[in-house]
Order: sequence, then structure tokens, then C-alpha cells
Amino acid sequence: MSEAGERPRRLEPPVTDTSEPFWEATRRRRLLMQWCVDCGHAVFFPRDVCPRCLGSRLEWRPSAGTGSVHTYTVEHNPQNPNLTAPYTIALIDLDDGVRMMSNVVGCPPDEVRVGMRVAVTWEELSDGRNLPLFEPAGPTPGASSPSVV
Amino acid sequence: MGVADDASPTGELELSGRALEAAMIGEALGDAGLSLSDVDGVAHANSSVALAEYLGIHPRYTDSTHTGGSSYEIHVEHAAAAINAGLCDVVVGVYASTPRSDRTRRRVPMGGRPMMGPNPAVEWELPFGLRMPMGPYAMAATRHMYQYGTTSEQLAQIAVSTRQWAAMNPKARYRDPITVEDVLASPLQSTPLHLLDCCLVTDGAGAFVMTSAERARDLAKPPVFVLGAGTCHDHAMISEMPDLTVTPGAVSGANAFAMAGVKPQDVDVLMGYDSFTITALLHLEDLGFCAKGEGGPFVEDGKTGPGGSLPMNTNGGGLSYTHPGMYGMFLLVEAVRQLRGECGARQVDGAEVAVAHGSGMVLSCMSTIVLGTEATL
Repeated sequence: MSEAGERPRRLEPPVTDTSEPFWEATRRRRLLMQWCVDCGHAVFFPRDVCPRCLGSRLEWRPSAGTGSVHTYTVEHNPQNPNLTAPYTIALIDLDDGVRMMSNVVGCPPDEVRVGMRVAVTWEELSDGRNLPLFEPAGPTPGASSPSVV
Repeated sequence: MGVADDASPTGELELSGRALEAAMIGEALGDAGLSLSDVDGVAHANSSVALAEYLGIHPRYTDSTHTGGSSYEIHVEHAAAAINAGLCDVVVGVYASTPRSDRTRRRVPMGGRPMMGPNPAVEWELPFGLRMPMGPYAMAATRHMYQYGTTSEQLAQIAVSTRQWAAMNPKARYRDPITVEDVLASPLQSTPLHLLDCCLVTDGAGAFVMTSAERARDLAKPPVFVLGAGTCHDHAMISEMPDLTVTPGAVSGANAFAMAGVKPQDVDVLMGYDSFTITALLHLEDLGFCAKGEGGPFVEDGKTGPGGSLPMNTNGGGLSYTHPGMYGMFLLVEAVRQLRGECGARQVDGAEVAVAHGSGMVLSCMSTIVLGTEATL
């Protein structure tokens, strides 16, 4: 979380015309996803047409905000010197049926596992938007992950 | 085919920019026994038009395809098709990049291609502190370990075997032997990748010249033939990769082998883009040298090193020879030299079939070129 006058730690995401509803909703800490009205698929990253049927009727709806870790990496040597290593970057398989990149926070990096259940949490950006991050949520069904030397 | 490349144990080259490109083109033309006035086609991953202007030539075939590190395999694929179709006779392709000396000499690098259109990674990946390009490859490695039990030791063996080849390349950046323990003891970058799982950052340059099979037979060196080619891409951001354990090389490789009429077991030398150890491991599986998931056990006994049954990255690879950013050119150059028997201490005896398999961006765009000697026709 950044305080007034402090340099943002993160590279803050730009907003496009297409993604504006997504980012506006984050001001209220709501995670929205697009669904294609024509073929029913969830769509992420935000688009103007459905990548499956090219239909242009995409509707913003609330995401369940839960999912599981598909894969991850713990960064020890960040490109961005403002970030404090180590931290975890993961691909989250949302229960909505889409995959998104985020950070897993709220547990030490060495406790993150493939298959771990996670739920959305928020980090405030400098302009009042919030960035969706994920934290452990409940028991992880028998997942194991390789130990890293 | 005529070829040239340059790199040095210091990691730095004297020349840079167009001067370095022109030197490589001159060498490759000399290697082929051709001159600039023979050239009527150009390929360059940033701008074939600006390159031709610099050289003062007026080509009737041009290719500015940019797919990252696999650009040069695609340039060969396109050039082979264009020459076959009669669009042109002699195509020259070139690459030069000097990231290391740009830094030490505070040189302003030659302009890269501006990002074409919006780059969604700025919005959906980079805010999370993803290190490029390591982070995406690390995620692929984590997933491969989870699904198939691949270990850090197995990945490390790829770096070890590749270093053994580099020891026999006088131009290689690193030639001292390393062990699996050395790799595991090197600093963690993006887990599970250690520093020695990652390619170098060095100056380097190379060029190729291609012409018709008929004309090649009358030139300075024994011809090397493009037997097959294939390309496939399926994502630009790692978060959009359909399956992090299967690259589009599964498609490009199968198509290239089918066109060439050869099988993986016919391959004498595999030049497989090794930006990271996991990259090379995925190629072995996706090109069919072993089954999906068995890359770890496959490399474990060192069979990709000198004296092994599948010589891989005999120049020392991106891991130990050179890696200026888009490494695909060096795969082609080494493959051609192996097929001509020009590789000295690291020569693979009787090499008749070689594969150059390029990988661009973040496991995004794969292009496979199968090359062979006259005897394979």
C-alpha cells in the first residue's frame, strides 16, 4: 500500500478503454470478469470481442474471486528495485474458468504450492484503484510441489 | 548456405550495429563464394528495408518477421519457400546485438522495433513484478516439476553437458567445466531457476546466405540443404499459454520432420534454443526425442553432451557460448558447420542431419528447420 507522496513500489497498470470497468470496480474492491453473452465463456484478459466466437456482446459480472495456484515462481532478484524479494508470482486458475497472473501474499513464499486454494485480496494503488492479489483460502486438496534447492 | 558468426570469451565485440551486421554479411557471402551484387533478398528481424538501404541493394524479396529468438529460423523457412517459388535467388539474413558492450561503453543501442500495438503484459503481468524473461520460464519449470517430477538436478545436467561442449569452442564465453552441484549452488533467480540455469548476456552476431540447391552446388562450400521447416505460435504472454508444459514446438517440429521425411532418431545434431535449461528440456519432449514428461530422466545421464547419443548445442549454446538476446541465428550457423564437418574438436562424426529449433519470446513462437547434407537428399 502506498502512502501520499511515496513513490509507487509497483509498476502500476495502465487503464484502457476496454479494461476501464475492471479497474473502476477495483475502487470498490470488486473483481469483475467478462462473459460472452453468445457462447457463455468467461473471458480474461479483457477484450472487445470474445476470443472463441468473435462475438462482441461481452458482459461484466462479478467473479467468484476464488481459485487455485496453477504454477508459480518465487522471485529472488527483481527487475524493479522498488520491490522487496523474495515474493511469489503465480498463475491463478479462477473458479470462473479463466487464468490470471497475480501475487500470492499472506503466507511465506516457501509455503506456496501448486494446487493451493486462494482467494482475492487487495492492494491499494496510488490513484485509488486496487490491485487484485491472492491469499491462501482454506485447505488445499492433497497438492504437493517439488522442493527447490 | 553460407554462414558466419562472431562472439568472444570476453563477451564483448569491437564492432556494433550496422558495421557488425555488414561484417557478418561479408563473411557469410565469402563463405558461400557469392558477392553483395548477387543478393536479391534480405531478412532482418527489425527492418529489412533499412538494412538494404545501408547496404545499397534493391532486393526483390524482403522479410522483417520478428518473433523474438526464433525469427532467424522463420527467415530461413520463408527464404526457402521464396527461392523455390522463383521470387528471388540469393537471400541474406543477419543479426547483431551488443548488449554487453552497449552497457560498458555507454553506447546508445541501435533502435529496436517499437512495440506494435498495445502490449497487454504491461497491464496484466508486469505489475506483479514478473522478471522478464526469467519469470515465465520459471513458471513453466515449476509446472513441469509438479506434473512430471522433474528435478533441479535434471535441469542442471543440461547446463553441465552444454558447458562440456563450450569447452571445445574457443569463442565461448565460459569454458571451465561445471557440476550439477555448481548449478544448484549458484544464486536462485526466479525459482526453480538458478543463475547457471539461465543464458548469458553477451555481444554476438551472425549471418546466413541461402540460394537454390542448383546454384549452391557450384559455390565455395559443400551445400547444406533445407529438408523441412515448420512454425507455430500460441501465446505472447505466459498467462495465456494453453499448457505450460507443452510448447508450440510440438507442432512446428512434427511438421518440419514430416516435410523432411526424417524422424528424431535420424538427427545427428540438435541445436535447440537454450535460453534456460527448462527451454531445452521442453524442446527434447516436444520434438519427440523423448516422451512428454520424460525430459528429466532423458538428460540425466549426460547423453546430450560430448560422446552422448544426442549431441545438443555443440557450440556451447546460449548457456555458455553466447546469447545476445535473440539467439536463433547461432543455432543455424552451428548446424551448418556441423554438417560441413568444420567444427574441429567438437565435430560430431559423420553428421548428416541437423535440426535448428528456435524459440521466441516466452516459449511463444517456435520454428524448426531440418538441415541435411547432399547424402540425405
